Amino acid sequence: MNYEIIIAGFGGQGILSAGRIISVSAILEGKNTTWFPSYGPEMRGGTANCHVIVSDGEIGSPIINNPDVLICMTKPAIDKFESYVKNTGFILADMSLVGEDKIKSSKKQIFSIDAAKKAGEMGHKAYAMLIMIGKLIKETKIFKPETVEKALYEVLKPELHRLIPDDMAALAMGMEM
Amino acid sequence: MPKRLHPKSLENTIMHYCPGCSHGIAHRVIAEVIDELGIEGKIVGIASVGCSYNNYLYFKFDMQQAAHGRAPAVATGVKRVHPENVVFTYQGDGDLAAIGTAEIIHAAARGEKITTIFINNAIYGMTSGQMAPTTLIGQVTTTSPLGRDTSLQGFPLKMSEILSQIDGAVFVERVSMHDVKHILSAKRAIKKAFKVQMAGLGFSIVEVLSTCPTNWRLSPVDSAKWVEDNMMEYYKLGNYKGAELEV
Amino acid sequence: MPKKVLIKGNEAIGEAIIRAGCRHYFGYPITPQNELTNYMSKYMPEAGGVFIQAESEIAAINMVYGAAGAGARAITSSSSPGISLKQEGISYIAGAEVPAVVVNVMRCGPGLGGIMPGQSDYFQAVKGGGHGDYRNIVLAPNNGQELYELTVKAFDLADKYRVLVMVMADGALGQMMENVEFKDKETPYKIDKPWATTGSGMKRKKNYITSVYINPDELEAVNIRLQAKYKEIEKEEVLFEETDCEGADIIICAYGLAARITRNVMKLAAEESIKVGLLRPITLWPFPKDAVGSLADKTDVIMSVELSAGQMVEDVRLAVNGKKPVHFYGRTGGNLPTQKEILNEIKRVLEKEVK
Ligand SMILES: Cc1ncc(C[n+]2csc(CCOP(=O)(O)OP(=O)(O)O)c2C)c(N)n1
Ligand code: SF4
Repeated sequence: MNYEIIIAGFGGQGILSAGRIISVSAILEGKNTTWFPSYGPEMRGGTANCHVIVSDGEIGSPIINNPDVLICMTKPAIDKFESYVKNTGFILADMSLVGEDKIKSSKKQIFSIDAAKKAGEMGHKAYAMLIMIGKLIKETKIFKPETVEKALYEVLKPELHRLIPDDMAALAMGMEM
Repeated sequence: MPKRLHPKSLENTIMHYCPGCSHGIAHRVIAEVIDELGIEGKIVGIASVGCSYNNYLYFKFDMQQAAHGRAPAVATGVKRVHPENVVFTYQGDGDLAAIGTAEIIHAAARGEKITTIFINNAIYGMTSGQMAPTTLIGQVTTTSPLGRDTSLQGFPLKMSEILSQIDGAVFVERVSMHDVKHILSAKRAIKKAFKVQMAGLGFSIVEVLSTCPTNWRLSPVDSAKWVEDNMMEYYKLGNYKGAELEV
Repeated sequence: MPKKVLIKGNEAIGEAIIRAGCRHYFGYPITPQNELTNYMSKYMPEAGGVFIQAESEIAAINMVYGAAGAGARAITSSSSPGISLKQEGISYIAGAEVPAVVVNVMRCGPGLGGIMPGQSDYFQAVKGGGHGDYRNIVLAPNNGQELYELTVKAFDLADKYRVLVMVMADGALGQMMENVEFKDKETPYKIDKPWATTGSGMKRKKNYITSVYINPDELEAVNIRLQAKYKEIEKEEVLFEETDCEGADIIICAYGLAARITRNVMKLAAEESIKVGLLRPITLWPFPKDAVGSLADKTDVIMSVELSAGQMVEDVRLAVNGKKPVHFYGRTGGNLPTQKEILNEIKRVLEKEVK
């Protein structure tokens, strides 16, 4: 098993944390993982992305040329990475942030997820990334949903632990979509 | 309202600085002064290493980029080739008061006829908020996570006071840019500093108390207040040398 | 059982420093190694150690010279432009035979350059950097685990030979997170340092540490001793990793991040029935000369892949010594070669060299 995932969007959307949640979940299930963030001048422009690899075997380059999965939280992000997605791979795109037109015109296998809006209704935009991870789990069985709960305790600051039940509800919602 | 016109010496582009950062204001003020003195054709600026590393993209006159802390030495070279030109360095507190301490002290000691604009924001902006030599006592930074402790990290450097002790430094003033009133007096100081250089009197420097909302983790409004409440307390504004000079 | 943790490369180095028993860190901020300096500012005091943010890289390396001369394990870290500034101190440390460790999380140059990953400090690290006839041991980790283990090892090697050891990573390795397993307990190499400037306590003759010898014969004797020590290190301490080299169509020499990218290329190439081998130097100095030289018996074409304009390739050519063609592929400016690019270059080279 080897999954190469790019998560892309704007700073403040929880892009880098989502990557860490995936990586920590992978470790908790005994897998190898790498997490590589965009850093430097790119960050100043407000964009954020990270490359996450989860594998049973040894991981080569942490930098992904052709992802199996692209999780897109903005339109510029899909414009930048779409063409690199493997033919056997797929895209998870946020419906409202990426836009219906863009999603409809994509030549790759693409899932339109109403994550940001649903997260807003749940009271916090941070849940959007968990909805996305839920959908990722559904499509790939990359790890067990329970593992994410343990990962959240490791990744989130203690003062955010009280939100974990809601995070898990968002994850479950994503798995239904 | 001629004041609101875009200064000729400033490129018409969007700067990369964060909202509420003093760098952008300082650039504008310098450009206005240069316009008013009519020296666009003979000014040469030296960019240093810090958030303003690429300000040669924003100023519309000749500039040269220097290694971290070395701007006063580079300026010395530039000035000695064309003594008739007006040469200035633009340096942050990490650049000027840490790694570049020797260069600034000796440029002043030589009475080098250059001007330094010293942006003191009490932190390393570019590299994500480490302690600077000018970080205040108790101030939390990424390398003083428990607050600057004088028993471990010593005391903030008062560069204007230090430089004013040097005979070759003839004009030394500390200003702030956190509100309009202070910006106007900062502009007067910067203009005078350039005039001192043009009169061939010696080394001149203006220390500008500045904001770094991003790394202070404050809003732009709270940052301005932080300058007023904390920085101005430790770093007293005013002229330290050369107020009497008629230029 | 030791636990696997997800940790940034820069912080894995920080953890290694503390677990190796080093209690003296001197740094100065520079991207992309800032997380290491920040980590030290928090955890060094917690471990009862000394953290100083120096006024410059020059000051930091000289603090290392002083602390290591006084008998402590001491380290400084920086990235390319800062490492250039340290070269004077590094030369003095080599001349005075003081054991010290320096970390370089490379970005790309020349000049202020950029902050993205690079490997363009190879010449500086392995051929000297500062003035004089000296060598540093240069270790090139290629993942989080090695960042940790080789940093621990760096202190042992420094103490064993009284040399400076450089750990050379790059911005990507420093910035990425990976699963790393820390040993429950490290057992640092222990050696007496009777030469250290600890204060004589009136119990021994005075010690002095210096690199200045005005008398040519004295200085030559020092140089002869240094060279003998370097010979021994070349004999004893070479590290490398060889993968699928026997009978390969082409063998790639690459270290650090470039080696990791190459590993993916090997799989990609296998799908097209091209057999690619990898020789990964782990010590850049001492360079695995014999291992690289013997590649000529295992394949017909050798290629060096680097994040530079071609630096290690010179050592590869020296080692292969004309027995087989040696090619080069690299990218600069912080751009990383893609797997496809490297594969295309492999095909182009094979077409040219193999009839
Ligand atoms: C020799 C060298 N050391 C370190 C750095 C990394 N560096 C870049 S900017 C900077 C300091 C910035 O702080 P400051 O001068 O206060 O300017 P600011 O960013 O706050 O405007 C440092 C240390 C470098 N580029 N070169
Ligand atoms: S980091 Fe600080 S100094 Fe740099 S541009 Fe942003 S606010 Fe200004």
